Amino acid sequence: MNALNTIAVSGAETLLRALRAQGVDVIFGYPGGAVLPIYDALFQQNAIRHILVRHEQAAVHAAEGYARSTGKTGVVLVTSGPGATNAVTGLVDALMDSIPVVCLTGQVPTHLIGNDAFQEADTTGITRQATKHNYLVKRSEDLARIVHEAFYVARTGRPGPVLIDLPKDILINPAPYDEPATGPHRSYRPRTEPDAARIAEAVRLIKTARRPILYTGGGIINAGPEASVLLGEFARLTGAPVTSTLMGLGAFPAANPAFLGMLGMHGTYEANLAMHGCDVMVNLGARFDDRVTGRLNAFSPGSKKIHVDIDPANINKNVVVDVPIVADATLALRALIEAWKSDATRQDRGALADWWARIETWRAKDCLKFTQSFEPGAIIKPQHAIKRLWELTRDRETYITTEVGQHQMWAAQHYRFEHPNRWMTSGGLGTMGYGLPAAMGTQLAHPDALVIDIAGEASILMNIQEMGTLAQYRLPVKIFILNNEYMGMVRQWQELLHGSRYSESYSAALPDFVKLAESFHAVGLRANTIDDLDRVIMDMIASDQPVIADIHVDRFENCFPMIPSGAAHNDMILGPEHEQEARDITDEGLVLV
Amino acid sequence: MNAIVEQTLRSATISVLVENESGVLARVIGLFSGRGYNIDSLTVAPVEDDRRKSRITIVTTGTELVIDQIKAQLDRLVPVYRVSDLSREGPHLARELALIKVIGQNQNRAEALRLADAFRARVIDATTESFVFELTGATDKLDAFLDLMRPLGLAEVSRTGVAAIARGTRTI
Ligand SMILES: Cc1ncc(C[n+]2csc(CCOP(=O)(O)OP(=O)(O)O)c2C)c(N)n1
Ligand SMILES: [Mg+2]
Repeated sequence: MNALNTIAVSGAETLLRALRAQGVDVIFGYPGGAVLPIYDALFQQNAIRHILVRHEQAAVHAAEGYARSTGKTGVVLVTSGPGATNAVTGLVDALMDSIPVVCLTGQVPTHLIGNDAFQEADTTGITRQATKHNYLVKRSEDLARIVHEAFYVARTGRPGPVLIDLPKDILINPAPYDEPATGPHRSYRPRTEPDAARIAEAVRLIKTARRPILYTGGGIINAGPEASVLLGEFARLTGAPVTSTLMGLGAFPAANPAFLGMLGMHGTYEANLAMHGCDVMVNLGARFDDRVTGRLNAFSPGSKKIHVDIDPANINKNVVVDVPIVADATLALRALIEAWKSDATRQDRGALADWWARIETWRAKDCLKFTQSFEPGAIIKPQHAIKRLWELTRDRETYITTEVGQHQMWAAQHYRFEHPNRWMTSGGLGTMGYGLPAAMGTQLAHPDALVIDIAGEASILMNIQEMGTLAQYRLPVKIFILNNEYMGMVRQWQELLHGSRYSESYSAALPDFVKLAESFHAVGLRANTIDDLDRVIMDMIASDQPVIADIHVDRFENCFPMIPSGAAHNDMILGPEHEQEARDITDEGLVLV
Repeated sequence: MNAIVEQTLRSATISVLVENESGVLARVIGLFSGRGYNIDSLTVAPVEDDRRKSRITIVTTGTELVIDQIKAQLDRLVPVYRVSDLSREGPHLARELALIKVIGQNQNRAEALRLADAFRARVIDATTESFVFELTGATDKLDAFLDLMRPLGLAEVSRTGVAAIARGTRTI
């Protein structure tokens, strides 16, 4: 035995050693009494960098951005009580979007737990439903094992956030170090290999399909870059059109003619009608979310459905499928491709050509079209601002994050993603305030890349304090605010569903974003009219500093197409550019969010 | 084609073998409340000599799809070893124990004792005005006995909930 191993080291040092063994190079955190031993240990080493955020929620979103843009696990460190409760929103966000995060929380010493001690919160109780799994370390000898296990649980199967609650005495007392376990976990054994018979059945279905479609989701991104390459190959082999969820954008290149754009509530006309009219639907790593399916009993009524998902609990949860395949997306796609090549069934290429002809008529509708005036002084259309942002940044290594609202949907529709891991957005939880800290984490992982948070003027204020973090670490994140002076998505629903009564959705008393940027040591830019737009975007890109670009856009623009809540895919509202019959939203739809 | 979804409700007896660690029961219960599943009965106790594993038996009601969901959701919990739907995987035995207090006099008292005998309930406590019966059996047997005791002075019941196991050589 190595003599060094016998020297008693503190729990905090053992913790850091385990983190290093897990390949951690950066932690997003905020100190406090209960975690001071960890901060002391961090101070005495250089292998792990600590990024001091300004709010614990932002630490989790930053870790999510880091994770989503690299495929690695993000790490968070916060103190007990308020530190932990502030992190909860981020944890639920990571849970909903399947992002691997390990969150370390301080806790009062074990002998005080349950006594309502200062800054005590029942963190494992509060976060039980907010995490994939959580731990309270009660014995020093469990510490290293639990840390290794937490990383294993966070990144395997369906990834998610895992929390470790660390009482202060456990951090101070000596704790032995153990290497990561090599064998399988006692009880947790996610299934990743697809069932061969199901794969064969799926291939036969797709080969005999007349109107197939591939519907892909965040699972492809989570499975790693190889899954995106395999998706490309599978799409080419099958000749099927491809549509993606919000979370899956970038897995299939937007420039590929087989890409129909995003589907769902604000998806394209062609994607939603193709989903409605297909005869074989292949869901790869998506979960039939209500934002995607619309009214369930009218969802793609004539299709056979194949569902590849790593989480067995997603199978038959919302939509009953014909061929369930529980597997990792990479392994499933590899098996599908192999089976495709060895299956002798011939595809009906004629039927496929007819299907594509129909899709082209839907595509010809040009459902995302908008009209931008170029008269001097003309108001900027938000869609145009995104389109220009894309055109002026597409040739760079660009990462886009968003806040939540109309700007998020316009970004999804008009920014075109060619690569996986370049698009970070809060899909499942829809958390305003996600974008800036996520951009921070992304920039940290990709120091030389262009990282842009496409924001709304309301959302950005939810974690605006992180401007301080950008300044401290010289993270040149660009914040591109589509400033419509409204909580636009709320205002849109109020216009369409509540008689245009704009109750509390006006963004009153906004700060001067240019001065705000400057006071945080960043650059502030503003575009008031179309004449300013390109120059502001180019100045923003050219800057090596953090920038807020305050883009004033049309205040009453709505986000279309839209499938109202409770409606079917073929019951879509198109924009004012398209003539349109008035459509009534049912009471049933009104109760939905 | 969307499969014709079976809407009829059925009762399921689900056995769950879990790591015996703190919070595991809260995880299982939180899953049921968070997702709106029913719990008709739930029992839990360590079942191995080293006390590292516990067995939770849950009786729930739902459509076939909901019960499949419950099983899948339970199975993905990290400390869960195995989930077994006893009501689907072959014949099984299910038993509950109840302690039943009946207070009454004269004829009612005599009648309660006579019925207890017929049900093979044991008298484990008696005063001049009361009995405590101990009765073990399937849930419907206990229900039937309680129905009979109600007019005879049923005062209090304590039930354990269902413990269940597969017949024959099959194990979880
Ligand atoms: C934390 C949080 N609170 C409330 C909401 C509900 N919500 C969704 S979009 C939105 C308005 C966002 O306004 P803004 O950031 O200006 O974006 P816009 O829709 O105008 O582009 C609100 C309040 C939310 N998604 N998240
Ligand atoms: Mg706005």
